[in-house]
Amino acid sequence: MKNFFLLILFTMSAIITNASTPSEQALSVGDKAPDFELTNVDGKLIALNDYSNEKGVIVIFTCNQCPFSKAYEDRIIDMNKLSSKQGYPVVAINPNDKDRVPEDSFENMKIRSEERGFNFPYLYDADQSVATSYGASRTPHVFLLTSEKSGFRVAYIGAIDDNVKDTAAVTEKYVENAIKDLEAGKPIKKPNTKAIGCTIKWKS
Amino acid sequence: MYKVALLLMCLLRYGDVSSQNQPKVIKWSELENIINIDNDTTYVLNFWATWCKPCIKKIPYFENLKSEFSTQKLEVILISLDFSDDLEKKVVPFLVENHIKNRVLLLDELNYDSWINKVDSGWQGSIPATFIFNNKKYIKKFYEREFDQQQLITTIKKILS
Repeated sequence: MKNFFLLILFTMSAIITNASTPSEQALSVGDKAPDFELTNVDGKLIALNDYSNEKGVIVIFTCNQCPFSKAYEDRIIDMNKLSSKQGYPVVAINPNDKDRVPEDSFENMKIRSEERGFNFPYLYDADQSVATSYGASRTPHVFLLTSEKSGFRVAYIGAIDDNVKDTAAVTEKYVENAIKDLEAGKPIKKPNTKAIGCTIKWKS
Repeated sequence: MYKVALLLMCLLRYGDVSSQNQPKVIKWSELENIINIDNDTTYVLNFWATWCKPCIKKIPYFENLKSEFSTQKLEVILISLDFSDDLEKKVVPFLVENHIKNRVLLLDELNYDSWINKVDSGWQGSIPATFIFNNKKYIKKFYEREFDQQQLITTIKKILS
């Protein structure tokens, strides 16, 4: 019995230790995607499970002020026009701590979404629990999920494309190509890509 | 007299130019050469950009390493990930304003996926990130995080000991 309690204590301490280092428990392709329910800029709650009738969801951790996030805003809008028709709508999530970066507050998210004409939900991960459970580390950071009977699963993790600076110079649209592979019933050729981005501003 | 004045002006001007830090724009192959260099120096590469606020806050901490480790073979290189056309507009003014004397290289490689894993397979791509290595001692440490001054010094001390 004493051993049992020790085991529980040990497990609990392991969980607590993990929670303090967000990037240590990052999701991998093939993992089940944790559910979430967050407030959208229109004030309504949106849950991942609301999309269970879609083929999948493009979850993008992004924010208001990161220059690399800004550089991708128009491209995300364009991508969503196409991908939502294919059954893969975009859901954007801002995970940054507003106390560290006031530009990334919920009020400023509303302004940004309005000004830029976002055609996708823009959710506020105020306690950073979703970014933590996904192991997001930067903005923008994409997690393409596919819908299955038992929930969502991670199909792709990475960047949007291979040129942040110049849309015209892009040679590979990673997310769109991943959806093409899914639609063709083929394994995704590049299920993981990396890109430079702004570090997520974790609460200190 | 006129000649002396001219000479003085030239000297002053030369002094001015030499104190400016003019970063070299490099491609991945050049950075790869540095990472694979075969010597006993411990290298501290800090990946940063002028648009990255937490990065520029920490740049002075790297500036202080030279005096802290003056007796050791330590080389600090700041690897800017700014766009190359921001070199004169943003990078140089930042270096001048903050009196940055460390060596600065601007890595002009926008296809990030082609090289991030080659620096460290664990790097997700967020900056600031710091790579400390000594190839003779088979030391490779990568940190995708911010350091305060003391943490940075302690980390390097541990590696050098």
